[in-house]
Amino acid sequence: MTENFWQPTASAEALRHRARLLADIRRFFADRDVLEVEVPLLSRRATSDPHIESVTALCGGQPAYLATSPEFGLKRLLAAGVGDCYSLGRAFREGEAGGRHNPEFTMLEWYRVGWDDRKLMEEVGELLGRLLGTERMRSLSYRELFLQQLELDPHTVSDVELRDCAGREVELSFTPATRDECLDLLMSHRLEPAMGEGITLLYDFPASQAALARVVEDETGTAVARRFEAYASGMELANGYWELTDPEEQLRRFHADHSYRAAHKRHVYPFEERLVEALCAGMPECAGVALGVDRVLMLAGDYSRIDEVIAFPIDRA
Amino acid sequence: MASYSTNEFKGGLKVMLDGDPCSIVENEFVKPGKGQAFNRVKLRNLKTGRVWERTFRSGESLEAADVMDRDMEYLYNDGEFYHFMEPETFEQHQASADAVGDASKWLKEQDMCTVTLYNGAPLAVTPPNHVILEITDTDPGLRGDTAQGGTKPATLVTGAVVKVPLFLEIGETIKVDTRTGEYLGRAKED
Repeated sequence: MTENFWQPTASAEALRHRARLLADIRRFFADRDVLEVEVPLLSRRATSDPHIESVTALCGGQPAYLATSPEFGLKRLLAAGVGDCYSLGRAFREGEAGGRHNPEFTMLEWYRVGWDDRKLMEEVGELLGRLLGTERMRSLSYRELFLQQLELDPHTVSDVELRDCAGREVELSFTPATRDECLDLLMSHRLEPAMGEGITLLYDFPASQAALARVVEDETGTAVARRFEAYASGMELANGYWELTDPEEQLRRFHADHSYRAAHKRHVYPFEERLVEALCAGMPECAGVALGVDRVLMLAGDYSRIDEVIAFPIDRA
Repeated sequence: MASYSTNEFKGGLKVMLDGDPCSIVENEFVKPGKGQAFNRVKLRNLKTGRVWERTFRSGESLEAADVMDRDMEYLYNDGEFYHFMEPETFEQHQASADAVGDASKWLKEQDMCTVTLYNGAPLAVTPPNHVILEITDTDPGLRGDTAQGGTKPATLVTGAVVKVPLFLEIGETIKVDTRTGEYLGRAKED
């Protein structure tokens, strides 16, 4: 090895670009009266998401977890009446490393009071269009994308047909166990790469992939999760929700996540019961979205690997 | 035998897939923001040379392949097998024409090359990056044409055919890059 491991992997130009991008984001929200807030990065509670692992630290001799997103803190502030707000800072995810992933990364998350997912999706398009300097934008439903590319309706296709399609389109070492696993495989291997240039906004996800979004019937009477994702050049950039405000449903989903994690022998972290309490006290109707800032920078500066936009990725951190 | 989990997969790691030894070429971590994580892996089948693409669930593992690279001296070809020797132990190995493959056209007796052993038997042979070989056949040289860029085919002692400058003659020895088959220059005779 001739490389000097003390050196940053990002060029000075990339670091300057990052600084400009952060300033542009803050200006975007300042112009719209959205308040920047800071919430804990270190917490006794962790996400219950079945597919996200938290980094565990010790604080006062007891386990504490590095935030996988600022969501819980921001929602508690919303319930406390702070109004439209955003956080621009670090998030941590155990085990996520690769060309587009670093376990420590920069996340922008914001909430709009009184908005639904469709309205927030437009604002995401506007921000991304500005940061990426493009006007090429299209929005379509999850169903439309599957119909266009694979000629199947992801909500109504039979289990057998869906599994056959995943097996045909992707060389697999295993048999997919669930519909969602098939859909995730098709999305990440087949549909994302085919999205092409420009910004793609995708909405109305299967109800089984609701996470913390509301589930509502669409115009065809199918129950869909009022969630959206933003992509550019085939790379996933943002995930948005028309947020759940019902404390009982929230508690039910936490328990469902815990059962899933326990059944799949994954670590079960203490969930944020104070979010449930905040929802009981009354969180306003709102929409929220999280956006990966490092990936936006990769696209804005035409960098192919996340290491090129982070001064010290995990191997050098 | 040990096994490796997807998060240990990296270029050059030797694993078993569908009963064949493979070398990992590329490992891409794929994860939708809300959804399950996968590893999209490219592997070279060391028996056939073909590159396979395969997607694993993150956390799955593969058995390690008993594959190792050894530097050996090429001894001779008996008409059926190619014979190699480990210089320190003098242990000899015979490799089939299948295992030697395209490397055969660069093999000169006493040259060192890399022999890949699978379960102790030769699976593949990699010639040295640069070899020095004698020209055994080519069109007559053109005197005074050393500056011009023209080339002509020349057959080497091992049977390989490479493009060489017009001025070279039968009996001269040249240096060739075996990875590209390119002529690098005249060899200096010591």
